[in-house]
Amino acid sequence: MKEKKNPLSFQLDVSDFLPANKEEKESLVIMRESVSFWRDGLRRFEKNKIAMTSFIIIILVFIFAFVMPQFYPYSYEQQIRGSENLAPMAYSEPELALKAAGEKVFPHILGTDSLGRDTMIRLMMGSRISLLVGLVASILVLLIGSIYGTVAGYFGGKVDLFMMRIVDIIYTVPDILIIILLMVTLKYPLKDLAETVPAFSWINVIGVGLICIFIVFSLLYWVGMARIVRSQVLTLKEQEYVTAARALGAGSGRIIRKHLLTNSMGTLIVTTTLQIPSAIFTESFLSFIGIGVAAPMPSLGSMASTAIDGIYSYPYRLLAPALMISLIILSFNLLGDGLRDAFDPKLKN
Amino acid sequence: MVRYIAKRVLLSVFTLWLVATITFALMFMVPGGPFLAEKTPSAATLEALNQKYGLDQPKIVQYRNYMVKFIQGDMGVSLKQRGRTVSQIISTGFKVSAKIGGLSILIAVLIGVPLGCIAALNRGKWLDNVIIVVATCGIAVPSFVVATILMIIFSVKLGILPTYGLTSWQHYLMPVAALAFYPTAYISRLMRSSMLEVLGQDYMRTARAKGLSQFWMLFKHALRNAILPVVTYLGPLIAYTLTGSFVVEKIFTIPGLGNAFISSILNRDYTMIMGTTIFLAALIILMNLVVDVAYKIIDPRIKLK
Repeated sequence: MKEKKNPLSFQLDVSDFLPANKEEKESLVIMRESVSFWRDGLRRFEKNKIAMTSFIIIILVFIFAFVMPQFYPYSYEQQIRGSENLAPMAYSEPELALKAAGEKVFPHILGTDSLGRDTMIRLMMGSRISLLVGLVASILVLLIGSIYGTVAGYFGGKVDLFMMRIVDIIYTVPDILIIILLMVTLKYPLKDLAETVPAFSWINVIGVGLICIFIVFSLLYWVGMARIVRSQVLTLKEQEYVTAARALGAGSGRIIRKHLLTNSMGTLIVTTTLQIPSAIFTESFLSFIGIGVAAPMPSLGSMASTAIDGIYSYPYRLLAPALMISLIILSFNLLGDGLRDAFDPKLKN
Repeated sequence: MVRYIAKRVLLSVFTLWLVATITFALMFMVPGGPFLAEKTPSAATLEALNQKYGLDQPKIVQYRNYMVKFIQGDMGVSLKQRGRTVSQIISTGFKVSAKIGGLSILIAVLIGVPLGCIAALNRGKWLDNVIIVVATCGIAVPSFVVATILMIIFSVKLGILPTYGLTSWQHYLMPVAALAFYPTAYISRLMRSSMLEVLGQDYMRTARAKGLSQFWMLFKHALRNAILPVVTYLGPLIAYTLTGSFVVEKIFTIPGLGNAFISSILNRDYTMIMGTTIFLAALIILMNLVVDVAYKIIDPRIKLK
């Protein structure tokens, strides 16, 4: 078998194509583990002290709003007779009598309002409303905006032109005017719906005002998200891996789900997070001018609004909701900035 | 340029018509009417009133009548404030709102831009840090919080500023400050980041290399380029000022346009709802248009589409 090899022969040397042995394989192993997009972002995020602090504050606010009311002895609508207009940590006469009799009375940490309702629990419930509005509205905006933007960007051409013209029009509509009008008008058909159709009775459980806010926000605020997602998709769909996927026979649905949406995830998360404080901002504004969440459900905006009437006698009542709303918005703003720096540095203007 | 403006104007007119139509449709979804408020009038009176203001006709006829009259420049009479036309109420309210809103926008720009520049020029020093912290907190505070805290300090505790009305210059201080707070913070953040970007550009180094003085370098090269994002922000700022004016006018009981808008909705004053909504929408749309066109004139790098 062994023949002397002709140096001019083009015949391939079979020994070059033998399976690699163990040592050779080891030399090819990449020493450092490749860092995935998420881990890289997370590492940058964890280093950012301000963003981490605001993240912790947000978690604490969530506990304050969703867990603590379960253990709090008063409820937000409970009117305690004889304990109206108490100062923080003060007790009313009937309560002092109970205390003297040896019973335990939970203190009103922030006092009570003019109807004898504990301010602390109302602050918790108000924060709950703010957080709910911020989260649910942003998720709705994310869903509508990203689906709309992806479809427009992916199909392009006339579809894109038509869909984006609609976005342009909604974008120029002064949102706050329509929001106020819708908030006032939507209440009535929703109430009717909840009372007449049994399948919609859940509307009453959540509250008509809250549902109104969700509908209004998702009707008007998705356009910004749609624009951002569209521009992302427009650049992403020209990438080679999309062409490769299409060449391998992937359908539009698969390309959108597996490639386009996954790759614009960073932008989506950042934009959604930054949407939360603006939704909370608007909700508190609506409640403040009296067309937000319906009484007796408290909202931080409506608490501040009622506190103004007693500003000369009870100025401290204004501080609790005012500080709370500012804290929530500030933390979400800083968290959003941190996420942007970590996951989507390009977005910084 | 002309084509671009024409296209934008056309789109604006369409948006305005859309807003008017939506408002008209929404208005009648609310049960109750303008004449039902305090004491319910008899059926005959109600019918007579409805007939007088044309509210008995089918909605589509009412819509057509309103639109035809509106194009002729007649916004009708208020259904609630007897004897006053909608345009009278709007013009008196707007004079008040425009003063407060205009002042606050002016102050926001006059304070925000220098603050941002100072922060950028002192990057990393304590002055920069102070401005950043204040501005970051500033954009997290809703205008009603600012307004009420100002009120607690200056009216309740110190008792030096009046809490309601608008008769002397002292009355303007708190509403204008409350409205200007957020935009001032926002503009200084915007100005700082764009100034930092401009300061890092090559043409700044060139300017320094050719021996331009610090003053001319900043004014001729840096400021002119860095102020562009602030110009773009003016459009949203006008819309924000409007939103803020609803709150501030409520807190300080100022008889402005924001108050008129909210109360017209709560009173079902149909002609007033239409009038104020169209007026405010037109104002915002027009201002956005002006800002967009101005932006393209200021920055020759941007091509008109």
